[in-house]
Amino acid sequence: MKNENAITVSELTKTFGTFTAVNAISFEVKKGEIFGFLGANGAGKTTAMKMLIGILKPSSGQATVAGFDVHTESEAIKRNIGYMSQKFALYDDLTVRENITFFGGIYGLSRKRIQEKSKQLIEDLGLGAVGKSLVGSLPLGWKQKLAFSVAMLHDPQIVFLDEPTGGVDPITRRQFWEMIYKAAHAGTTLFVTTHYMDEAEYCNRVSIMVNGKIEALDTPKNLKQHFEAATMNDVFLKLARG
Amino acid sequence: MRVIFYIISKEFRQIFRNKGMLPIIFVLPLLQLVILSNAATYEIKNIAFGYVDHDRTTASRGLVERFSASPYFEVLFAFPNAAQGNTAMLQGEVDVLLEIPDGFEKELTMRRQGSLGVGINAIDGAAAGVESVYINQIVQAYNKDLAVEVRVPPGTARIENIPLFWYNQTLNYKTFMVPGILVLLVTMITLFLSGMNIVREKEIGTLEQINVTPIRKIHFIIGKLLPFWIIGMGLLTIGLILARLIFNVPMLGSLLLLYGYTSIYLLVILGMGLFISNFTDTQQQAMFIAWFFVVIFILMSGLFTPIESMPEWARVLTELNPVKYFVEIMRMVMLKGSDFSDVLLPMLKTFLYAVLMNVMAVWSYRKTT
Ligand SMILES: Nc1ncnc2c1ncn2[C@@H]1O[C@H](COP(=O)(O)OP(=O)(O)O)[C@@H](O)[C@H]1O
Ligand SMILES: [Mg+2]
Repeated sequence: MKNENAITVSELTKTFGTFTAVNAISFEVKKGEIFGFLGANGAGKTTAMKMLIGILKPSSGQATVAGFDVHTESEAIKRNIGYMSQKFALYDDLTVRENITFFGGIYGLSRKRIQEKSKQLIEDLGLGAVGKSLVGSLPLGWKQKLAFSVAMLHDPQIVFLDEPTGGVDPITRRQFWEMIYKAAHAGTTLFVTTHYMDEAEYCNRVSIMVNGKIEALDTPKNLKQHFEAATMNDVFLKLARG
Repeated sequence: MRVIFYIISKEFRQIFRNKGMLPIIFVLPLLQLVILSNAATYEIKNIAFGYVDHDRTTASRGLVERFSASPYFEVLFAFPNAAQGNTAMLQGEVDVLLEIPDGFEKELTMRRQGSLGVGINAIDGAAAGVESVYINQIVQAYNKDLAVEVRVPPGTARIENIPLFWYNQTLNYKTFMVPGILVLLVTMITLFLSGMNIVREKEIGTLEQINVTPIRKIHFIIGKLLPFWIIGMGLLTIGLILARLIFNVPMLGSLLLLYGYTSIYLLVILGMGLFISNFTDTQQQAMFIAWFFVVIFILMSGLFTPIESMPEWARVLTELNPVKYFVEIMRMVMLKGSDFSDVLLPMLKTFLYAVLMNVMAVWSYRKTT
């Protein structure tokens, strides 16, 4: 189990008062997979993700991430994952370099490693010219790419991306997916939420969440076949109409 | 441990980059120090003074003469009898009524002892306390080798010995107020800064990003505490320099002791700030809660109203007020030259307080909600 699956989830549930945001979801994510976690706004994607990364306590159910239990080993999970939140969460009043240094530092990277990483990231992202600018002054697309890179700083086994391409232009979205592919190629497992159905085509497997429940889970190809739909968008519409 | 260094350097970068924040942290408080120290004074001049002289002797006239010579008293009325004097006081025409009994001089010369009746309008309790001390001082000065006993009839203000006059002989109120006001400023700035800090990161979402890292809670809290601790020490230093240069406040005790105490005290305030931060979701909420405590702490610190004149329950409550300890120690060390053994007890209490607050801050900081 531990060797094949990066994430296993069983009957994971989160309730806020009487409202069930995540309703007994179960699935597995294989190592090295790009797993698309789809759903409309408010379906419960972010809530589910927060339970998996150890910052939200599940109401019930089980899950292991990178082999560690979400109930009891959340700090161990945190050593092995990266996370890019739906809301941009780097410091606007620090420069690109300073953000990288700070997060590298709190992940416990050595000074030398931080320097190497900064240099490499800034090169990869083509941010050389703005390395010393405040992050707040960068266009959203660049910010998002930077946030992704920061989530990958400590070379985590699994990276969680929550709507990484929300609000960015199509070209940047394209570049973003190239980065995702590159990470997957290097052996990282990617757990990506999105509500752009066309992006689902880029994933190895996708789950579709509706009102807190996972209604479908398979490869994009199989899903389209099963629902007799031409695109993932149609699959989604069929599911959502129930 | 290196993690702490990264947090501190990040905090300082953010503070010093924020051009709007710097003056708020360093300039405003010092401006307040200058303004408040000049404005907040107990000093009372031109106290409306009346007397009833039943004795009509050289001794009694000499005593009244002392009051006229004092800048604090304005001798307005000589009443023929006590009843008229009391009426005038009731109507608010005089604040202080001195009654010199018949035979005052005779008593003085024969028994080397005399007694006086003093009435003080105690509507303003703080003023009455100050006035009584003035009266005491004048009487004592007048009668250096003859023991005149000042007898206070029941119903008027008690004559209190406010200890400050012992160590501040020149009755310079600025000397007295500056250390206290410095305490307030250091407290306010550090409490607000630390109270706002984590909650701000909550608002902008960076706290979540930190919470998904394997950072240890204790490292995080220390990293968040230290920058404001350093700022607090910096403020104290600048304030002490200003106190010296502008107000000529003496520094009778050990500077090391003062810094030693402040270093513990700041931990109380910062722990409290972080604790507030952990329980609030917006900077606004944190600000209101911080204000709530600051106002209580200040008004119950003994700085503006003497703790001795508070009701019993309030006096007990002030035991929980860290500002009270700091004001007390600041004055003791600066004006009285108290040493380590004098301040040991309040220092110990402050230390326990610091431990408690910071345990609570670490405990209430949740990486997983
Ligand atoms: N802390 C919370 N308290 C109460 N309700 C919440 C909380 N967080 C999320 N929700 C609710 O749970 C539902 C799912 O939210 P979310 O997981 O953010 O959806 P998604 O990420 O799929 O858009 C929403 O209806 C949202 O309002
Ligand atoms: Mg979401």
